[in-house]
Amino acid sequence: MVKEKKKSPDRPDNTAFTQQRLPAWQPILSAGIVIPGFVLIGLAFIGIGVGLFITSRDIQVLEMDYTGTEASSDCNKCAITNTKNCMCSLDFNISTLFKGPVFFYYGLTNYFQNHRRYGVSRDDSQLYGDLTNFKDPSTDCKPYRVDSNGKPIVPCGAVANSMFNDTFKLYQNVNGQRNLVPFDGKGIAWWTDYNVKFRNPSVEPLKNAFNDTVKPLFWTRAVYELDFSDPSNNGFLNQDFLVWMRRAALPNFRKLYRRITEGDYKEGLPAGNYTLEISYNYPVLRFDGRKKVVFSNVSWMGGKNDFLGIAYLVIGSLCVVMSMVMLIVYAKFKFPEDN
Amino acid sequence: MGSVASCSCGSEKKQEKERLLRANDRSYNLSFHYAKNAIKTSKYNVFTFLPLNLFEQFTRLANAYFLFLLVLQLIPQISSVPWFTTAVPLLAVLAITAVKDANDDINRHKCDKQVNNRLVNVLVDGHLKKEKWMNVQVGDIVKLESNHFVTADLLLLSSSEPLNLVYVETAELDGETNLKVKQALTVTGEMGDNIEALSTFRGEVRCEPPNNRLDKFKGNLTINGQTYGLDNDKVLLRGCTLRNTEWCFGLVIFGGPDTKLMQNSGKSTFKRTSVDHLMNVLVLCIFGILATLCAIMTIGHSLWEDKEGSVFTVFLPRVPDVDVPLSSFYSFWSYVIVLNTLVPISLYVSVEMIRLGNSFYIDWDRKMYYPKNDTPAQARTTTLNEELGQIKYIFSDKTGTLTQNIMTFNKCSINGKNYGELFDFSGQRVEITEKTQRVDFSWNQLADPNFIFHDYSLLETVKEGNPEARAFFRLLALCHTVMPEEKKEGELNYQAQSPDEGALVTAARNFGFVFRSRTPETITIMEMGRKVTCELLAVLDFNNVRKRMSVIVRSPEGKMTLYCKGADTIIYERLHPSCKKLMDVTTGHLNEYAGDGLRTLVLAYKDLEESYMDGWRQRHHEASTAMEGQEEMLNELYEEIEKDMTLLGATAVEDKLQDGVPQTIEQLAKADIKIWVLTGDKQETAENIGYSCNMLREEMKDVFIVAANTAEGVKEELQNARRKMCPEAAEEPSVIKARAGLFWLQKTETVRDEKVDGDYGLIINGHSLAFALEKDLELELLRTACMCQTVICCRVTPLQKAQVVQLVKKYKQAVTLAIGDGANDVSMIKAAHIGVGISGQEGMQAVLSSDFSFAQFRYLQRLLLVHGRWSYLRMCKFLRYFFYKNFTYTLVHFWYAFFCGFSAQTVYDDWFITLYNTVYTATPVLALGLFDQDVNDRWSFQYPQLYSPGQLNMYFSKKAFVRCMMHSCYSSLILFFIPWAAMHDTVRDDGKDIADYQSFALLAQTCLLVLVSAQVCLDTYYWTALNQLFVWGSLAVYFAVTFTMYSNGMFFIFTSVFPLIGAARNSLSQPNMWLTIFLTSLLCVLPVLAHRFIFMQIRPTITDKVKYKAQMEGQPAPARRLPRPRRISTRRSGYAFSHSQGYGVLVTSKRFLRLKSRSALFTKTDTALVENQPQYYRTITEEPEKSQG
Repeated sequence: MVKEKKKSPDRPDNTAFTQQRLPAWQPILSAGIVIPGFVLIGLAFIGIGVGLFITSRDIQVLEMDYTGTEASSDCNKCAITNTKNCMCSLDFNISTLFKGPVFFYYGLTNYFQNHRRYGVSRDDSQLYGDLTNFKDPSTDCKPYRVDSNGKPIVPCGAVANSMFNDTFKLYQNVNGQRNLVPFDGKGIAWWTDYNVKFRNPSVEPLKNAFNDTVKPLFWTRAVYELDFSDPSNNGFLNQDFLVWMRRAALPNFRKLYRRITEGDYKEGLPAGNYTLEISYNYPVLRFDGRKKVVFSNVSWMGGKNDFLGIAYLVIGSLCVVMSMVMLIVYAKFKFPEDN
Repeated sequence: MGSVASCSCGSEKKQEKERLLRANDRSYNLSFHYAKNAIKTSKYNVFTFLPLNLFEQFTRLANAYFLFLLVLQLIPQISSVPWFTTAVPLLAVLAITAVKDANDDINRHKCDKQVNNRLVNVLVDGHLKKEKWMNVQVGDIVKLESNHFVTADLLLLSSSEPLNLVYVETAELDGETNLKVKQALTVTGEMGDNIEALSTFRGEVRCEPPNNRLDKFKGNLTINGQTYGLDNDKVLLRGCTLRNTEWCFGLVIFGGPDTKLMQNSGKSTFKRTSVDHLMNVLVLCIFGILATLCAIMTIGHSLWEDKEGSVFTVFLPRVPDVDVPLSSFYSFWSYVIVLNTLVPISLYVSVEMIRLGNSFYIDWDRKMYYPKNDTPAQARTTTLNEELGQIKYIFSDKTGTLTQNIMTFNKCSINGKNYGELFDFSGQRVEITEKTQRVDFSWNQLADPNFIFHDYSLLETVKEGNPEARAFFRLLALCHTVMPEEKKEGELNYQAQSPDEGALVTAARNFGFVFRSRTPETITIMEMGRKVTCELLAVLDFNNVRKRMSVIVRSPEGKMTLYCKGADTIIYERLHPSCKKLMDVTTGHLNEYAGDGLRTLVLAYKDLEESYMDGWRQRHHEASTAMEGQEEMLNELYEEIEKDMTLLGATAVEDKLQDGVPQTIEQLAKADIKIWVLTGDKQETAENIGYSCNMLREEMKDVFIVAANTAEGVKEELQNARRKMCPEAAEEPSVIKARAGLFWLQKTETVRDEKVDGDYGLIINGHSLAFALEKDLELELLRTACMCQTVICCRVTPLQKAQVVQLVKKYKQAVTLAIGDGANDVSMIKAAHIGVGISGQEGMQAVLSSDFSFAQFRYLQRLLLVHGRWSYLRMCKFLRYFFYKNFTYTLVHFWYAFFCGFSAQTVYDDWFITLYNTVYTATPVLALGLFDQDVNDRWSFQYPQLYSPGQLNMYFSKKAFVRCMMHSCYSSLILFFIPWAAMHDTVRDDGKDIADYQSFALLAQTCLLVLVSAQVCLDTYYWTALNQLFVWGSLAVYFAVTFTMYSNGMFFIFTSVFPLIGAARNSLSQPNMWLTIFLTSLLCVLPVLAHRFIFMQIRPTITDKVKYKAQMEGQPAPARRLPRPRRISTRRSGYAFSHSQGYGVLVTSKRFLRLKSRSALFTKTDTALVENQPQYYRTITEEPEKSQG
C-alpha cells in the first residue's frame, strides 16, 4: 500500500464519495407505486375529509351583525350618532341547546390590522414593562408616540390606540325576566402573551409607573384602570388588551371576548330567548366595516371550519379519479416498450 | 477574477518612451526607477484585501443589487423588512467569496515568493554573489548555468559555447519545445567568463520600452563610443531555460513586471457557459417581472389608499406630508424590498459551489487517471462544467492527441518476404501483445534498448548475410536526413525531423546497420560491427511532388549507389521492368499493411556507373548554382537518375494510436457529437489515421476530398459534395439572423443543420481551407462540412485551426470543444468554448491554456458522457429548483398584498426571510447539484444517446424557466389560499385566536418549507444518505431554530428582536395546522407526480427508458469487444514522410553542420525511438514550402 502510494502520489483516492459511487436509492415513478399510491392517498383523504366534515358539522356557530347600518337594527341609533357608551341591544333566539363551553367573540370586517404601518406601530419593550420606553417610546409607535404636548403615550402605537372598546352583556329572557349570563374573561389570551411577552412594570401601585405619560388618544380610560372589578386584570396584562394586541392576519377577523363556563350555563346555552346588551363605542362605519358577535363551541379540531373537510374530500376523490386516468394511460401506452 | 489590481504597477509613472541603462552602474540605472526583478501576481496584501476585495465583489451586478436593497431598507419610509433580512445573506455571500479569493491570493503569494527567492549569480563589485531573483536590478550582470531558468530579460554578453552561442528552450513562453539559438555580439563575447573584464564593462544600452512582443527587440549597445545594433537574437527572455550551454553571462534589461513574459501574462479571457448567459438573461427577466409586480402593487396601493386607506384613518392615520402618490411611490420600493427574493441572492454563490464540486469530481476520478505517468485529470477552469454536457462539435488535433506520436517500425517486406508477423505451428497468425517474446538485440552494443520487434526470422536473415536484407537496412541507414548525437561513446541519440525517419533509422541501427555520424560529405555507419564511411555525393531531397528522397553514396570500395525511398505509387513507376514479379508480391504486402493502418514506404536502389555519375554531378552542380529555373533543372536531373531502380522491399511504420481512440470516437459519434480533426499533417497521413481511428469508415457513402488550388476550384468541389449529399438543399445558404443575450444586444447568425442520408466524410487540405475560410466561401464550407459525419482538415496552421472553430461557433450556435496537446493547438483551445489539453507530455503550453486536461484522448468520453452530462443535469435541475423555490416563496407575499392593503406587509417572519435561502433551503439543493445522477456511469456509456438532451438545451431554457414560473405561481397560490381558507374564520381548540398574523405567518412558512423540501425530494433521482440528511436536517434545523427563536429565553434576552414569542408552541400544537400543512404540500406535489407519470407513459424520453432499464437490470451487460476489423481496402496508405522539404539542403550545408555540431537541434527525448516533437512550423526550414500536392 505504502509502496503503491510512493509510486503514484497523484492517484486519486478510491472512495465511494470521490468516485461518485455513493450508495443510493433511485426511486422511479413506476406504475406499481404511483397508481396504488394515488388510490391510497385518495382513500386516506376521503377518510380524513369525512371525519373533519362530520366534526365541523357538529360545531354550532351563531353569528350576528350589530353594526347598525340598517334602520331596523336597534344599534342604528348608536351608529349614526357619536355618543359614548351608547347602549343598544340585540335579541336572538336559540332553538336547541348550544353546547358548552360556549365562546363569545366579537368580529370586525374590512379592518386592516394586518396593514404594515399599523402592525409595526407598537413598542414591545414598553409592553414588556421597560420603564425607559415609558419615557421614550420607540419611534415605531408614530404617530401615536407622544401626544400634542409631547408627553409619551403608554401604551403607544396604532395597535394599542385602536383597541376595541365595545362591551357586551348577555341576558337570557326567562319568563320576562332577564338572567345575566355570566362571562368568564380569564385566560382568553395566549399563555405566552400573558406570562412572557407582556409585563407590567414592577411598580406599586401600578398607577405610579404611568406618571408623566398619557393614555392613548382614543382611549377613555388609562391602561391601568381598564378593569375596575379585578385589579389584577389591569395594565398590559388586561386580557382584552392582550387579545387585541395579537393582531389579525386578515382584514376580516374575530377575537375572543368571553367564555361562558360558569353557573347554569356550564353545559351551554339552553334553548330560549336572549338579549345581548351592547355598549356601542367603536366606530366602523367610516370605513365600511362591520361589527358582529359570534357564539361558538369548539371540537378537537378547533372552531367550525367546513373548508378543510370539504377540501380533503374533494382532493381525495380527485386522487382516486386521477389514479383511474393514470391506469387507463398506463394500460394504453404501457411504458416502456423496447428501445 | 478581474484585473483590477494588475494596473497598479503601470500607473505610478508615466509611460516609458525609451530605456537607457548602463552595465554595472547601479546608481545611474536607479535614477530611472525601473522596475526591479521582483514579480507580483498576487492582488492583495493584508491591508488592501478588505477594501479591494469588497470593491471587486460589489462590481458584480448581483452583489451591487443587494447592496442597493440594503440601502433601501435603511430608508424608514420604505423599509418594509428589517435590514438584517438582506444584510445577513449578503454578508454570508461576501464572506464565502472573500475566503475563496483570499485563499487564491495566498497561493499566488506563495508562488511569487518561491519565484522571487530563487538564487542567481550576480556580478557585484567584481565578484560573483548569490542573490535572490527579486534583488536583481536592471543593469546587473548575471551568470546563468545550464538548465537554469533565465532570471530576467537579458542581453546576452558571452557564453561558454563557440561563437558565443547559447541554446534556450522557450516552452514556457511560446510552447515550442525545440531549442532556439541565441548569439552574443562578438565584442561582448570576447569577455568570456573573465570576471574582471565583465565587471569593468560599462556598455550602455538604449532600447525599446517594455512590451509584450516576444519576437521582436530593438535597441543598440554602445561600448567605448562604438554602437552596435541589438535584435531579438541577442536577448534571453525570462521564462526560457538554458540548455546545452555550460554558462553564459547576461545584462539585465527588463526586470520583473517589465519582462516580456509578465507583459504577456494575465490577459486570459474569461469563458462563460451558455447557462451563464441564459442565467444573466433570466435574471434580467426577473428584474422585469419584479418591476411589473411592484408596479401592480403600486397601483393596488394607490387604489387602496384612495378607497380604504382614506377612510381607515381613524385607526391608521396617514403619515404627515405623504399623500397618495408619494406613498404609492414609497410602496413601489417597499415592494422591491419585499419581493427582492425573486432575484436569488445565493444563486451565484451556489452555482459556483456546485461547479467547484463537480470540478473536484473530475480531479478525483480514478478512471481518468493515467497511472503510467501519474497524471490525474484536472479541471483547470472550474466554471465551465455544465457546458461539458452540451458539446456538439469536437475539434481534435491528431498528433499527440489521437496518436501517441510514436512511430514504430512494425513490419517489412524484403525481397518478397514478409517479416514482422508471428505464426504458430499451425500457421495461424498470433496476436502480438505485451507479453510476446521480443527479439534480443543485446549482441549489438549500439542497439536502442527501447526498440521492440517480435519476428526473429528477420534478424536471422540479416545475420545469415542475406544480401537483400543487408541492402535493405543499409539503405535505411544511409538514406535519410537524421542528425546523430553521440555525447558518450556508444550512447547514440538521433534527432529526426519526422518520427517516421527516426523509427526507420533506429530499426536499421538495431538490425546492425548503425548510423553513427555524418559530415556534409560523408556518412559513417557501423555495418554489423564494421565501421564503414560512405561518401555522400548527393541528396535528392524530398518534396511534396516527388514524394520520395534519394541519396547517392560511394562506398569505401568505390561503388556508387543511389538509394531511394518513397511512396509506393511513385517508386513503382521508376522501377526496372525486371522487378515485375517482386512488385506483385510486394504490392500484396503493401495492401496488407495498409489494411492494418500502417504507413508504408517502398525502398529501391540503383547502382551507378562512374562515368555517368561524373557527368551527372557536373550537371547537378550547374543546376544548383543556376540563377534561373534552378528548381526545374534539378527536378529534371533527379527524374533522370531515379529510374530503372531495383526494388528492395517495403517498410511499414505504425503511427500508434492512443489506447481506446476508435472506441471513444464511436461512442462520441453515437452521442451525436461531430468530430473534426484539424491536423498539421499531410493529407495522406491524416486520411490514414481517419480510417484507423474509425472516423472514416468503409461503409461511408463517400469521402470527399477538397484539394483545389483556387478559390473557384474549392467552391466547386464543396458545392459538388453538397449537391451529392443533399441534392434538394437550397443553393443559397439560409442564415437565420436573430438577437440574443443581455438586452438582446448580441446579433446571432445561425445556419440550420441539414439532413443528409447516410454518412459522408470530408477531407480538406490546408490550401483549400485557406480559400474556404474566406468570407464568401465560409458558409459553403460550413454547410458542406456540417453535412458530413467526419471532417478532416490537413495541413492546417494554428491560426486556421482557430478560424475553423470560430466559424462553427459563429454560425452554429453550438458548444464546441477543442482538444490538443501542442503549442499549435493553443489558439484553437482558446477559441473553443471548452479547451482540453492532453497532459503528461512534453509541451505544457496546450495544458496551460486549457480548461480541462488529462493524459489520454479516451478520457474525453468519460469527461463528456459522464462528468459533463451529470454536471449539466445537476446544474439544470439546480437552477430549475432554485428559481422555483424562490418564486414560490416570494409570490406568496404578492397574493397576501391583496389582503393587507398593499402595505408591503410580509407573510413570513423576518427571521424566516433572513434564513430561508441561506440556511433552511441551502443544503438540500446543493446536495441535488452535487450528487444527483440519472443513471450511473456504466449506463451512461452504454447509451451515449443520453447525451443529446444537453446538446438540445432541453433541461434548462427560457421555456423551462417559464414552466418553472407557472409551477411556482400555482404553488404559491396554493400556499397562500389554502391556509387562508383553512384559517380565516376558525379558532383554536381552546377557543382562542388562530387567525392572528403570527400564527398565519408560521403556518405559511412551515407549509412553504415542507413543500420545497418535498419538491427537492421529487427532483432528486439519486437518493444518497447525504441527500436525506440534508433534507431532514434542514427541516429539523428549521423547527429547532423556530422553536428557539420563539422561546421565552430568547425573548427575555432580546426583547423586541423576536416578537413571535410563543407562536410556534401555540400554533403547531393545533391539529388543523398540521392538516393544513399536509393538505398544502400534497396539493402541490400530487399534480407534479401525476403529470410526470403520465408524460412518462405517453412520451417517455430516452432517459426514462434507460432509467427503467437500469432499474430492471442493475448493471449493464459488459460491453462487447469486437476486434477491429481488418480493412479489405485497396486504399493504400500514403507516403509516410511527414516532414517538409528543404531539409536535405541543410544536412549538406557546411554552415548548418558547423553551427549545430554540438548541440541538439531538436528536442531530446528519453526514448531515442520516439522523437516526440511538433512536426510543423518549426523555425528550421530555410526555404519556406512552396507548393503542396
